[in-house]
Amino acid sequence: RSSRVVEIQSQMSERAVELLGLPEDRPCLLLDVGCGSGLSGDYISEEGHYWIGMDISPAMLDVAVEREVEGDLLLADVGHGIPFRPGMFDGCISISAVQWLCNADKKSHSPPKRLYRFFSTLYTALARGSRAVLQLYPENSEQLELITAQAMRAGFTGGMVVDYPNSTKAKKFFLCLFVGTSGTLPKGLGTECANEEQHQAKFTNERTRFRNIKGKSVKKSRDWILEKKERRRRQGKEVRPDTKYTGRKRRPHF
Amino acid sequence: MKLLTHNLLSSHVPGLRPGGGFPLRIEAAEVRVRPVPFNAAFVSRLVPRLRWEALREAAESLGRPSELPPEPLPDYEADEEFLRRLHHVLLEVEVLEGSLQCPDSGRRFPISRGVPNMLLSEDQ
Repeated sequence: RSSRVVEIQSQMSERAVELLGLPEDRPCLLLDVGCGSGLSGDYISEEGHYWIGMDISPAMLDVAVEREVEGDLLLADVGHGIPFRPGMFDGCISISAVQWLCNADKKSHSPPKRLYRFFSTLYTALARGSRAVLQLYPENSEQLELITAQAMRAGFTGGMVVDYPNSTKAKKFFLCLFVGTSGTLPKGLGTECANEEQHQAKFTNERTRFRNIKGKSVKKSRDWILEKKERRRRQGKEVRPDTKYTGRKRRPHF
Repeated sequence: MKLLTHNLLSSHVPGLRPGGGFPLRIEAAEVRVRPVPFNAAFVSRLVPRLRWEALREAAESLGRPSELPPEPLPDYEADEEFLRRLHHVLLEVEVLEGSLQCPDSGRRFPISRGVPNMLLSEDQ
């Protein structure tokens, strides 16, 4: 496996988990659809979560077994459904797998049927308030519409998050689906930078910020608070606007 | 296949009555124990999701005397010994070879190298 391919997969896994918006410091149980050799699963494990992976390729799963991945594996066709009891998972990610459900095969059911079976059973298997984040490479806009339509039919809310929409190379699609809540769709990466630079003059009172050895802001400092709020905005959570009062020292009774 | 997965897994053979696909009956030919780091918070949060009786039956069917009480203990969140025993049963015991049988349809799903084969035939 070329290291560049591995790196891209790893970055997409990281972004997908970020878009899940999981509560911080709480180990969760996640489903990895199209887990393959376990690259995305490895990232999930690194973040301290547990996972169960499904893939249709015995060869890829063999590699995952050889690599002794931490997640539990199932050989399965997700177009036949997600075979779990209701509400079991805290979230689901999928890297570069869902578009395969669109392949028409004269032996099997039509793509819309397979997609619907996948989405409806996935919806059931997820806990209320959780999300499914599915990274995919749509062939064209019709395919994108088909996939999104079946997801909505199955009960999901949400939509497509597109990172770097102006770059042919870096552009990535993440179908971000909510179960039982109408969440705010997270912002795509690289969507605001270009505009902001042109229309706003940036005035900064930049003093030297103190950072610790890891290069991270000192915990609880104003910098740390601002970074944490930005992180939560990227996850699509509701966050108060940043003002001059953000992180100011409170009276001693706090 | 870990027993946590088994406790969540429900047969997706089409046409079953609701709940008719759970629990799958384990026929184990080879079992192994592999240590997994213990995380009390995670195990504790799993308890409400588990079907306790099915978990005990599964542990028994693997030929291992069940170390689990008939029901989760009250105040289990604070009971580290209970959580450790549960952690062991859920995450450290793996079925490597054998099969799973759907209770209602009788359909068998083989397990090979720890991976259950849940593929249905084309007409299902």
